[in-house]
Amino acid sequence: MLPAVSIVDVVKRFGTLQALAGVSLDIGQGEFFGLLGPNGAGKTTLISSLAGLVRPDSGTIQVMGHDVIRDFREARRLLGVVPQELVFDPFFNVRETLRIQSGYFGIRKNDDWIDEILANLDLTGKADVNMRRLSGGMKRRVLVAQALVHKPPVIVLDEPTAGVDVELRQGLWQFIRRLNGEGHTIILTTHYLEEAEALCNRIALMKQGRVVALDTTANLMAAHPGASLEEVFVRTLQS
Amino acid sequence: MIGFLTLLEKEFLRFWKVAFQTVAAPVLTALLYLLIFGHVLDDHVQVHGVRYTSFLIPGLVMMQVLQNAFANSSSSLIQAKITGSIVFVLLPPIPYSAFFAAYVLAAVLRGMMVGLGVLLATVWFVDLKIVAPLWIMAFAMLGGGLFGALGMIAGIWSEKFDQLASFQNFLIMPLTMLSGVFYSIYTLPAFWQGVSHYNPVFYMIDGFRYGFFGVSDVAPETSLLVVVACFAVVSWGTLSLLKRGWKLRA
Repeated sequence: MLPAVSIVDVVKRFGTLQALAGVSLDIGQGEFFGLLGPNGAGKTTLISSLAGLVRPDSGTIQVMGHDVIRDFREARRLLGVVPQELVFDPFFNVRETLRIQSGYFGIRKNDDWIDEILANLDLTGKADVNMRRLSGGMKRRVLVAQALVHKPPVIVLDEPTAGVDVELRQGLWQFIRRLNGEGHTIILTTHYLEEAEALCNRIALMKQGRVVALDTTANLMAAHPGASLEEVFVRTLQS
Repeated sequence: MIGFLTLLEKEFLRFWKVAFQTVAAPVLTALLYLLIFGHVLDDHVQVHGVRYTSFLIPGLVMMQVLQNAFANSSSSLIQAKITGSIVFVLLPPIPYSAFFAAYVLAAVLRGMMVGLGVLLATVWFVDLKIVAPLWIMAFAMLGGGLFGALGMIAGIWSEKFDQLASFQNFLIMPLTMLSGVFYSIYTLPAFWQGVSHYNPVFYMIDGFRYGFFGVSDVAPETSLLVVVACFAVVSWGTLSLLKRGWKLRA
């Protein structure tokens, strides 16, 4: 079976900063994969490269076998990305935002699925509210909804619970777990290591643009008996 | 195709939802120009045998078409870049040619709506005839398209609103104001007449005006050729930048 995401020797520099220094990893279909690392480790650059927002200097990235540069249309169709920043278009309400995002992916008349996403993210009551009037947590939910409108098989969540209250976090993870259970591949970056420990089957730890550890969560934990993932994280980065 | 149509619809709605600011305000500005310049000069000036107020109206219409087409694409892109919402159009599988076409067409639409608004608001002041409507449409659409594409370049290039403002104030405004909106270039000294021939906006205004009066400073065919050539060059430049992802994809 093709990997959901295949990253081979990806290098990216921004001037003198080496953001990615030859990253290679495969993420299998249906995995719940954690991409962890301190600030500046290269997680967001890697995700942006996967999403086509950043063009690597060398190396290749494929989504379900489709190169993100050469075959970008198919690769992007297979990918749903929740960006890290809390961004929104102030001209539209929640439903309009989701309809527009569906259209960008070539889908008209998507209201049944939009209603389902709204219900699952507890946004039904906000469907006709302008984006400007939503709280930060609500805006974050809409970002998640936008990434899901085209039912992508690979979903990338770049710190989706940053600044989000506990209730939403739990609801969000319940929904994402369900999608993962239905076969969607989930790639998660987060600073909440207990979330990664609870959700991810496999974890890559990044430091200074490199993958310094890549294994199943169980193996990583077994290598440091009695330690929490946070302690594993700190020890691995220090070594 | 659906991606293109959605982006076009979104760009249309973006200005239509604030039409008071994006359509009504420029119409009022043009009306004020007409009232002031028309009042001062109508009894004293004729151009090509046409009363000054009549001569002025097509120029004002075209000036607003161009300026608003530029404003639409440039403001949309810079707002999206500064707020970060540009990712919503960069993540989906929209080809760069569809991206270009949607922004330019939306810019043309806004330009044409403002132009029509100016025409409807000012036509009561004079007995304005339309001699060649096809020339009017051709120059309005091509001019709007050219300035919509220029707006895309400005919006992509600018990282701050003041950079966009300098593009607008130091390039777009002089090009439009010194293009013969308010005068025939044959009223200028020979040197400035020559300089005016290097301003592509002069050909847009002159060709557009030909559609109303059947007279112009240069042959409308020549103007059309110049405008088509400029549109082709600016479009090619914009498409090349989009293909490279210049300032959009790191």
